Amino acid sequence: MAKKEYAFYPGCSSRLRGSASNYLVSVNAMCKTLDVKLTQIPDWNCCGASIGYAESGELPRHVMNARNFALSEKHLPGRDIVATCAACWLNAKESKEKLSASADLMKDANEALKEAGLRYEAKSEVRHMVEVLIEDLGYEELGKHVVKPLDGLKFAGYVGCQTNRPFGIAGESFENPVYLDKLVETVGGEAIADYDQKVTCCGGALAFSEPDKSQKQIKDIVESAYDRGADMIVTPCPLCQANVEIYQSEINRKRGTKLAMPVTYYSQLMTVAYGGTLKEAGLDGHVIRAKKLEEIAVKVIPAKKR
Amino acid sequence: MSEALNEQAIARYRNDFLKEVEERVEEGEWVKMCMQCGVCAGSCPFGPHWEHSPQKLFMMIRAGKREEVLSSDSMWMCTSCYNCVVRCPRKLPITQIMHGLATYAYRLGLAPKDQPTRFFSQLFWKNAVHTGRVNELKLTLALYFKDGLIQGIKNAWGMRNIGLGMLLAKRLNPLELFHEETCKDQEGIRKMLAKARELENKRRGFSKE
Repeated sequence: MAKKEYAFYPGCSSRLRGSASNYLVSVNAMCKTLDVKLTQIPDWNCCGASIGYAESGELPRHVMNARNFALSEKHLPGRDIVATCAACWLNAKESKEKLSASADLMKDANEALKEAGLRYEAKSEVRHMVEVLIEDLGYEELGKHVVKPLDGLKFAGYVGCQTNRPFGIAGESFENPVYLDKLVETVGGEAIADYDQKVTCCGGALAFSEPDKSQKQIKDIVESAYDRGADMIVTPCPLCQANVEIYQSEINRKRGTKLAMPVTYYSQLMTVAYGGTLKEAGLDGHVIRAKKLEEIAVKVIPAKKR
Repeated sequence: MSEALNEQAIARYRNDFLKEVEERVEEGEWVKMCMQCGVCAGSCPFGPHWEHSPQKLFMMIRAGKREEVLSSDSMWMCTSCYNCVVRCPRKLPITQIMHGLATYAYRLGLAPKDQPTRFFSQLFWKNAVHTGRVNELKLTLALYFKDGLIQGIKNAWGMRNIGLGMLLAKRLNPLELFHEETCKDQEGIRKMLAKARELENKRRGFSKE
């Protein structure tokens, strides 16, 4: 039996050949090492993200999230739900909070859910993968599995918005959360403590609808990482990752910059440090390859260290 | 439909726009709690791009400036970063109020017509609930082609390097145009959402009285 078991809510972007498919690949490898078992919620649906708001209104949005909760409570009772995507986590958590606070809203939500043959009891909790790592396993446990410390690599820990606000990780500040830096140090990397764009917004979904305004944000996020000598950026959010990585070429084209800063996930750092291959870490899924991390991933570990 | 809704709202609330917002806008009951400190205005990542900060919008609501508020472009600039929410000394759910105001303006047909985020919001939700899961390829293409075929080809051509990069990184699936990963119980989702919309319309007073 696995050490820890959860109901898993992977989210739309993690699907095979989706924009965050390599995030899921690395999460799977990381969880295998940590003996964490993730069982997908059967027939899970989209959380509505934040951007769906104008078309969805309030109750339809909550009902979409309540459906996932209800499916999890039905098929995987007693288990916490774990989301890897910041938006999935935030929206599910927000819906749970709103429905739990209002008997009227809860009644309406269940009346709607009845149409799909489901019932929401507000029993299970939804948590971000980072919470599982920090709270259920702890830094010490996470450090035990390191066989290839990420020596000599400097990381700008870009936490972004939605894993940080409005809920955030317990015990962390909104203005300067340090858990990501601690995760970097746990796997032997160097975290840049004074990276000043740590919690700056990348534009989120407005990277699509307001590209120039968002690219200004992204430029600041990347340039600050350069200014502080980072080898790469690391983030817990799939939209932060995608936006900050893939629009660098657009910024270069429009503004004459030469940005080429790799943007990785915490789970990729951990997979590599745990001895995973380049593919297991999803490092082949980048537009801007994280070459220095790839070098560590392909390095053969001397027998005595095993 | 939206015109009738707007006339019905004007008739019902007369000059009490604050009351209208409290009853009809998500989290609107919080608006009167704003103490005009301006922290939200200084915390917004898109601050340089709007005319009315949340602080201003809240005061305008209290001053009854219905037309100006509902036709404003400003709340559409919300990136859902929640910075204003965590910094507000009165703990107002400002992000949600911005979404709520934008949504209400859109329902009444008063939102700026070519607002790109309004368009994208609509596109995203429809894409997501169509099968229960987002089809990223169709979402992106629908955005590029929103102003017609010629402009769409220009847009897609402009972004070809990004598309190619994503394709090579195996993070974009061209086959998603034909074969998509969907929820199994699409019928259940459709009925569930129709019911939710009906109940919400009733609760917010949008249904015929």
